[in-house]
Amino acid sequence: MKHIKTISKPVLKDTKSIGCGECQASCQSACKTSCTVANQSCEKK
Amino acid sequence: MIHKYKFNGTNIVVDVNSGAVHGVDDIAFELLGESQNDEDFKVIALENYQALVDVYGEEKVEEAFEELLMLIDEEMLFSPPPFEDYSPDLDSKPILKSLCLHICHDCNLRCKYCFAGTGAFGGTRSMMSADVGKRAIDMLVKESAHRHNLEVDFFGGEPLMNFEVVKEIVEYARSLEAGANKNFRFTLTTNALALSDDKIDYINKTMNNVVLSIDGRKTTNDNMRMRLDGEGSYDVILPRIKKLVEARDGQNYYVRGTFTRENLDFSNDVLHLADLGFKQVSVEPVVANAESGYDLRNEDLPKLFEEYEKLALEYVKRERNGEGFNFFHFMIDLNAGPCIAKRTSGCGAGHEYAAITPEGDIYPCHQFVGQDDFKIGNVYDGIGNPVIRDSFRGSNITTREECRNCWAKYYCSGGCVANAWQFNADIDKPYSVGCELEKKRVEVALWIKANEID
Repeated sequence: MKHIKTISKPVLKDTKSIGCGECQASCQSACKTSCTVANQSCEKK
Repeated sequence: MIHKYKFNGTNIVVDVNSGAVHGVDDIAFELLGESQNDEDFKVIALENYQALVDVYGEEKVEEAFEELLMLIDEEMLFSPPPFEDYSPDLDSKPILKSLCLHICHDCNLRCKYCFAGTGAFGGTRSMMSADVGKRAIDMLVKESAHRHNLEVDFFGGEPLMNFEVVKEIVEYARSLEAGANKNFRFTLTTNALALSDDKIDYINKTMNNVVLSIDGRKTTNDNMRMRLDGEGSYDVILPRIKKLVEARDGQNYYVRGTFTRENLDFSNDVLHLADLGFKQVSVEPVVANAESGYDLRNEDLPKLFEEYEKLALEYVKRERNGEGFNFFHFMIDLNAGPCIAKRTSGCGAGHEYAAITPEGDIYPCHQFVGQDDFKIGNVYDGIGNPVIRDSFRGSNITTREECRNCWAKYYCSGGCVANAWQFNADIDKPYSVGCELEKKRVEVALWIKANEID
């Protein structure tokens, strides 16, 4: 493509079947107040 | 739903429902206009078409239009929601996986902004006994069902003031791992004042993560983080924090600061911590009420946005010069991030996550400790109060109107429910200043990702 550069492909739809809950609670990492989750990694990937 | 914005000469388009992110040129950006779905887009693009042709020529505008249509076909633009409806199954048993243990409701600092009332959380100063800690671990093992990975954060007050109990709890939890098929991950959050060589050694051998509190520049830190004698803590804590970080080879830690209205130029505090050699830095907005005077207000947002932008530019520059560091809020995992269930349900307070007081009382999270209406049980009697628990479990980005309509919902997951309660007395109504800051951080973080690809 000449006018568009995709930085990230679609990622959400393929994760519908995961939901295993093995990942870290978002509040436990560092923040304790401002729970961004997108910086966390999935334990299954 | 899409979100489009410009920063530092880059046009970015976020396709909210798929998680796709695109860098686009000015033609594609203008063609999109304010459209929010593919039907809007076709109307708006045609309205803008001729004016763009006059500037860029027909061939280029046609190409950009076709490329946008291709993204729509591939469900990378105006894509449908990832699910029709999301509602947690409230009939199933909640699964607990993470505890915040308030090892000690006392502190050896007197930080002005402390949400814990300088350690006591509005109650009396007290220490958790080893027995309460062990019963909390038993409860976690039992209530976690088939979950393998369990988290325990040793929190306070200041947990180093009750360190022998920390050790006993760690030893007890480890003794249960094999038999219960569990893997405990420990974190310790400390102000570093009481760090000795022995404690550093134990922490580095035992804790999977350490959160070390320091606010940045000496003036910033000492303005808020004071010792009992009223003196600032910077000169005492800094060498101890450095020693701990060096001794664990710079792995799995955060130096963690808080910024307030009294240091709105917080990017200088972040960079100060980076200049000190710390590679894992988290500096976060204070949550405080208006009476405090140091709370962040709507009128502070333009300055704070400018600070995040300044920080992002310097962050990328340092990365390119081989002097990069991680800033917690700029880290976004675009490829291996959490699943849609996690992004929808958020922090899990009150059902996946709970806080335990020194007395063994259970609260939805550390921020609710001391608010009796939110007490959901005791480690000796178990978790009760299903009304509170279910209300937290049932609250997610689909139940909050502000979140449903927000482009950043799958990055943020709905924000902090305790903040929502504090400001709006409603866990389904997010704290607006926090939302604005979150959205800005995500915008800047995505721009940083775009730069990494370039």
